[in-house]
Amino acid sequence: MSAQDTDQDSSNDRSDEIVQTQYVDLFQPPHLLTFASGETLGPVRVAYETYGVLNKDASNAIFICHALTGDAHAAGVHSTSDRKPGWWDGFIGPGKGIDTNKYFVICANVLGGCQGTTGPGCVNPVTGSRFCLNFPFLTVRDVVTVHSELVRHLGIKQLLAVVGGSLGGMQVLEWAILFPDQLKAAVVLASAPKLSAQGIAFNAVGRRAIYADPGFANGDYYDSEGPRYGLALARMVAHITYLSEDSIELKFGRRLQDSDRFAYSMQKETEFQIESYLHYQGKRFVQRFDANSYLYLTRMMDYFDLSEGFPSLEAALAQTKARFLVASYDTDWLFPTSQSRELVSALLHVRRHVSFIELRCPFGHDSFLIDIDPLAALVSPFLERTFESTSP
Amino acid sequence: MPNSNRYQMPDPSIQLTDELIMHHIDRNSRVIDLGCGDGRLMQRLHDEMGCEVMGVEVEQSNIVAIIQRGLPAISADLNEGLVDIPNDSFDFAVLSQTLQQVRNPKRLLLEMLRVARRALVVVPNFGHWRVRMEVLRRGRTPITQALPYEWYETPNVHFMSMRDFRDLMDGIGLRIVKESPIIKGRSVDQLWGSNLRADSAFYLLERDSGKG
Repeated sequence: MSAQDTDQDSSNDRSDEIVQTQYVDLFQPPHLLTFASGETLGPVRVAYETYGVLNKDASNAIFICHALTGDAHAAGVHSTSDRKPGWWDGFIGPGKGIDTNKYFVICANVLGGCQGTTGPGCVNPVTGSRFCLNFPFLTVRDVVTVHSELVRHLGIKQLLAVVGGSLGGMQVLEWAILFPDQLKAAVVLASAPKLSAQGIAFNAVGRRAIYADPGFANGDYYDSEGPRYGLALARMVAHITYLSEDSIELKFGRRLQDSDRFAYSMQKETEFQIESYLHYQGKRFVQRFDANSYLYLTRMMDYFDLSEGFPSLEAALAQTKARFLVASYDTDWLFPTSQSRELVSALLHVRRHVSFIELRCPFGHDSFLIDIDPLAALVSPFLERTFESTSP
Repeated sequence: MPNSNRYQMPDPSIQLTDELIMHHIDRNSRVIDLGCGDGRLMQRLHDEMGCEVMGVEVEQSNIVAIIQRGLPAISADLNEGLVDIPNDSFDFAVLSQTLQQVRNPKRLLLEMLRVARRALVVVPNFGHWRVRMEVLRRGRTPITQALPYEWYETPNVHFMSMRDFRDLMDGIGLRIVKESPIIKGRSVDQLWGSNLRADSAFYLLERDSGKG
């Protein structure tokens, strides 16, 4: 869950690595994907990118799980004329926190998404029309099942690490309990073992905005403009939750958009800079995101509770075999430190190798996408030591 | 800076303290090091004694240093207790030269013996005769070599003697399994007039119920 397009500042140190999104069809009939809901689907197209080179014994692979509205394009650029590099380019690349000179890095668009991987906007091969709201009900477990299959498809038996922030961190946790032998290490950033009631509340407002838009047409809107106002509004609300009081104050304060005085006019829709910024974020989001995917993915996030199906969180984490690195941010009120601490406490309870730190950063939940240096200082040695402990 | 004429409590060498602590820890046991710094002792316990170690630190740079060693650490403020650490999750809890700096030493000691079977504590002895002289003769607050701070900026917020420490253990139902006065960098099993002569003291503690 993150505002990937807020960190315009971090695009300065772009590495001009040209990368391409690749596609693979997994779960070919009759080996269909079975969802947690019991529904089945296949084939499933997966959009993914890779950076760096897989070593001979396939022991240097790291999987990156993206957040709510991310995509497979985590690093590099698609062409030299690309305006912006991938969403975590400051963190992933040659010599960076996740060093692609050393590691083979994979990032895939999530199942149910709208950036290349099969989702509600795709055509159902059975009916010949788009899934819309007939797409199977989606859980984090289903997303991870597809990621896991992609890793197998790439010929990797065990990942060195799975890394993710926010909803990406939830995938890391699910992965660690669902396929414990598939990862040596888990890096969970600005995340939680379950979405808080507050998080569900904000998601509910976002979904309501989409449902209430007359353009929504019960999800069957692909021949028209769709619920653009609803989706933009959903994004505006969500975007606020990714920031902090301090970061909004710092970046915008009470500054006015195009004048130093109030207009005293109800005709003027955007008076303050923060208003203009949120409108811009909403508008941009509509251009790149599908409302149905937003509904499915936020609902999936609401449902996420790692302890689901286990007597306790501890029991769920007892399934894991990985070593953990958990980090939270002091100004993140959407995924507060207390939730990371709950996770760490449960991991200690089942005696897992776990390191935890609360990083100081003013940028709220989005800090993990913006404040890369302290993150790299932490993650890089963690990966290195894990890698050393596995290589001959 | 402290005046060089004033008595400075000698710091028992880090090396010695490490050895002393390690001497009382079982091989292959689970150890939590509170205020573990850059993880020096943790590394030795892990490498030389096969212990499963865990560090607790407040400084971010220290957490990174410990991760760099390939060992686990969590950031926590000892003043806030050990709320995230489950009961009985360790065999030993170590607290070296830190107790005098926490706001509520009594609570932290109880916390240590909640999360671990045994606690190992090294504390400065402010009952040393030269400390007393300093106060009596010059009317000045003593300062230590390792922590050369004036009274208004010292992290040492409690000044206790060995006798005080024993009283506290009695009062909160913790048993002193072993007490080793440390004098001029050497630990001694018994020391006549230890409360006057020891500059620090090592304690091995456990819950009085005799469990473990």
